[in-house]
Amino acid sequence: MVKLDAKIPDGPLARKWDNYKANQKLVNPANKRKLDIIVVGTGLAGASAAASFGEMGFNVKVFTIQDSPRRAHSIAAQGGINAAKNYPNDGDSVYRLFYDTVKGGDYRAREANVYRLAQVSNNIIDQCVAQGVPFAREYGGLLDNRSFGGAQVSRTFYAKGQTGQQLLLGAYQALMRQVHAGSVKLYTRNEMVEIVIVDGKARGIISRNLVTGKLERHFGHAVVLATGGYGNTFFLSTNAMGSNGSAAWKAYKKGAMFANPCFAQIHPTCIPVHGKFQSKLTLMSESLRNDGRIWVPKKKEDAEAIRAGKLKPTEIAEEDRDYYLERRYPAFGNLVPRDVASRAAKERCDAGYGVGPTGLAVYLDFQSAIDRLGRDAIEARYGNLFQMYEKIVDDNPYETPMMIYPAIHYTMGGIWVDYELQTTVPGLFCAGEANFSDHGANRLGASALMQGLADGYFVLPYTIQNYLADDISTPRMTTEEREFEDAEKSAKDRLDKIMSINGKRSVDSIHKELGLVMWDFVGMARNKEGLQQAIEKIQAIKKEFWTNVRIPGSAEDMNAELEKAGRLADFIEIGELMARDALHREESCGGHFREEYQTEDGEALRQDDKFTYTACWQYKGEDQEPELHREDLTFEVVKLVQRNYK
Amino acid sequence: MSSTLGSSIGKKLLMSISGLFLILFLIVHLTVNSLLLVPDGGDLFNAGAHFMATNPAIRVIEPLLAIGFLVHIIYGVKLTLENRKARGPARYASGKKTTGVTWASQNMLVLGITVAAFLVLHIANFWVKMKLTGDPLLEHTTVDIAGVPTEVENAYALVNATFGYLWIVVVYVIGAVGLAIHLSHGFWSAFQTIGFSNLKWRKRLSVLGNIFAWIIGIGFSSIAVLQYLFYQPN
Amino acid sequence: METTINIKLKVWRQAGPKAKGRFETYELNNISTDSSFLEMLDILNEQLINEGKEPVAFDHDCREGICGMCSLYINGRPHGPDDDVTTCQLHMRKFKDGETITVEPWRSAGFPIIKDLIVDRTAFDKIIAAGGYISVSTGGVPDANAIPIPKEDADEAMDAASCIGCGACVAACKNGSAMLFVSAKVSQLALLPQGRVEAARRAKNMVAKMDELGFGNCTNTGACEVECPKGISLANIARLNREFLKAGIQD
Repeated sequence: MVKLDAKIPDGPLARKWDNYKANQKLVNPANKRKLDIIVVGTGLAGASAAASFGEMGFNVKVFTIQDSPRRAHSIAAQGGINAAKNYPNDGDSVYRLFYDTVKGGDYRAREANVYRLAQVSNNIIDQCVAQGVPFAREYGGLLDNRSFGGAQVSRTFYAKGQTGQQLLLGAYQALMRQVHAGSVKLYTRNEMVEIVIVDGKARGIISRNLVTGKLERHFGHAVVLATGGYGNTFFLSTNAMGSNGSAAWKAYKKGAMFANPCFAQIHPTCIPVHGKFQSKLTLMSESLRNDGRIWVPKKKEDAEAIRAGKLKPTEIAEEDRDYYLERRYPAFGNLVPRDVASRAAKERCDAGYGVGPTGLAVYLDFQSAIDRLGRDAIEARYGNLFQMYEKIVDDNPYETPMMIYPAIHYTMGGIWVDYELQTTVPGLFCAGEANFSDHGANRLGASALMQGLADGYFVLPYTIQNYLADDISTPRMTTEEREFEDAEKSAKDRLDKIMSINGKRSVDSIHKELGLVMWDFVGMARNKEGLQQAIEKIQAIKKEFWTNVRIPGSAEDMNAELEKAGRLADFIEIGELMARDALHREESCGGHFREEYQTEDGEALRQDDKFTYTACWQYKGEDQEPELHREDLTFEVVKLVQRNYK
Repeated sequence: MSSTLGSSIGKKLLMSISGLFLILFLIVHLTVNSLLLVPDGGDLFNAGAHFMATNPAIRVIEPLLAIGFLVHIIYGVKLTLENRKARGPARYASGKKTTGVTWASQNMLVLGITVAAFLVLHIANFWVKMKLTGDPLLEHTTVDIAGVPTEVENAYALVNATFGYLWIVVVYVIGAVGLAIHLSHGFWSAFQTIGFSNLKWRKRLSVLGNIFAWIIGIGFSSIAVLQYLFYQPN
Repeated sequence: METTINIKLKVWRQAGPKAKGRFETYELNNISTDSSFLEMLDILNEQLINEGKEPVAFDHDCREGICGMCSLYINGRPHGPDDDVTTCQLHMRKFKDGETITVEPWRSAGFPIIKDLIVDRTAFDKIIAAGGYISVSTGGVPDANAIPIPKEDADEAMDAASCIGCGACVAACKNGSAMLFVSAKVSQLALLPQGRVEAARRAKNMVAKMDELGFGNCTNTGACEVECPKGISLANIARLNREFLKAGIQD
């Protein structure tokens, strides 16, 4: 039995992080030069961590599957980043950001981590401004804020609709500065395919050069995974095409626990699915809900007429519109958290009020905002998002309401880490979306960027020293050691096995099949029977993959199909674990909605007496059932109540 | 500073400064030429030409002008060759369909060669005769300069006679139009390169550049045409 | 309601950096005009895989116009026949039934071909590494509101910072110049007081790296600006020139 020690520092909540820092071990500058750190992934968490390690004097090797660190999918985050600056003087504080995050996550996050996140949130904004991130400003020259779902204060800093891009470029530039200085070595188009464990500690990785197909061995005194989430298990999601869960899955297979895999976030405002050839779903920023009002027709016959193309939304009279979020949640209105908004949209569409050709869409209407503020003001706020919408859908959102529908967006679950962001494998750290994170069962808008940068800039640079301080006399390995050889062989065997299947189906066709099962049974609403079916279906898909996939070309060359196949093989297994976790968690909380557990008016119903814990799954071998471990969540400060946004 | 001039922007700076210098020269040249249209039998033009030929400042500027031309031509060729290399050996099979890019901006070397070819004829026609070989037409004549009768070369006679040939007039018009198109990009581009441009000035400069280009182009060509049509002795 | 078209694709195929490339022609039927250009290529690849052939290699990732990974020179224009879009945002409704669509990789000495339509754009990373940042390390920075910045400057910096590093500017330029890319970063940072401190040094180092990597000289044709999916303005190039020349004069 693996012992799950979260290593939460002593002291009152507000003092824990200070206490940790006061008592942790440090590595002196001369010794830092002797220590190597591998960072996999160059999104917000990976790039900021690698840059910070480099600045501190460590030798860093950083890996990305893309051609440049700047392509990581953090770049696509639109709306903003939260911080407890309280610049607008509207009652915000570190405590309130902490509280909102715990509540928003439906009380399934670790208090100490979330409090630390709220504490360092302010440092992030300072850091980014110093790096030249062009946040939006007021005419007085000071920073502007806007509001986001799940909060009653305006604490979101933003750079047009491209906040993720600007924050990532800031971290990327800091990283490139270290590449120039020689402290960081950058490996692009290079995918981690195996983790090397020596004497029970993570000591390196095997990577595949995606241009030449060659396997490479890399040593590190510690390994940091910052490889993002596994939302693409659903095939259709707002993630980038290359986003994958494989690095995390390799860690899981090497002994790291996978925590709360079933906690996936469904984002309410995405452009609806329009055809079977569709490759991805495009998010429309949550910030749109600041000014947009969500509605469907009140009368079923109107909805039917719209679906048949006989009626236009603009022809529906005001009194015939159902602004269902404002109706159901008067206190938060259109700004309820994502899980709540998504389920409400599904509820209306399932009841027959959906719009669009498929009936799986609701309206996001800006008419009243345009009437109130003028078209120019709306254009200044959301111009690029409106343009993006028009390019995809060929509709002008200034004139007719946008159509939106929920889509998979983010995974709160991930590799279990302790307070130091260390996994159950010593020396293996995990940051950003890849870890099981501070968001509990549901992430609030503008908090992913905050967490990624908090982990990379302000948490790992401390905690990794505490680990490496014991490694200052560990010499670098040559990578000729048996452990490296074995790891490389196992990676090569797997590639060869995939290449040798020589079946009839493309990777994507199998992936789409998996995605449909996930969406239908492990999506927005889940139930016992469906989840049991899902596990069977996923096992059948796994068999289909390993007997019938076809990969053209060779493994010793650039081969996109082979890359996708390796990732899909992992997605299939992740999907099964998600279903398993969802089946075991007999409650509804945050993004996890079990139909058996809901209130009379359809709200999520937690079972705090049974499930106030993090579910940690341990790999037990190929085709073996994983073992469940629990990290009990104790709430010293926050009182658990039914979430209420009414 | 040498590394600055050796850089891509430095080389462009030399193009820009020499170009602006040549633009100044064109303004002076066109001003003097416009005297050809004063119907006084060429007296005013001859007086102007005499002033230009004897003014010490102009004597200093003349070699500078030659250097300006040389720098502009040498760097123009050099930059074009470098850019061809940077473009790589392959060309797009589907061509270039980018809209809103002026033809002039893409063909500055061709236009420059047109202007240079014209320049050779121009120098042979006038500068060589006036400065080096002399010409019977240049026999001295007397004009009134500020009330003082002064003996000057009859440059007007040479110009007038040269523009009596239709083919020369046609070549001059082609040269002037080429020059105008060259300037329609070159003018604003020179300012852009020295950094004197922004969102607002970009439009202003390109409008100004176009107006200037066609004043120069129409100015030079109309003088040649009018000389041919209306100023020839019967 | 769905409209479909039949098209003929002329696609550049090249096995590797040194291999000789050629155009291959493929026919695709019943392509929905609502599908994106890359989804159309997905369909092509699915077809090729089913025929036992190697699919076309092309770069793509976010498919929402922000990561800058997708490229492709389509029918005479980088990112194809639409304005202010990346290839991933280009939709098939921009093409006609029966049309022949030519798809080529970015062509520039600075961006060598890796395979088929994929080019190597690491030169852009090298240019950023040469100076495209503000030299601050993590921690020890002043409060975010310590220095007020005029909104106009912040907005202009944001516009310049919108660059996604896709390389369409280089692909469109008859000179293979990277000036729009370089100027966008130099401008963003020069406009902000935080970046002003090392503005001259930055301009010099980035331009030196750009020249060293074999990009061409800007002749202000403006093709880059037209084809830039993010509308980065030529005014940035003027600012880069200014910053660079100022730095030169100071030396």
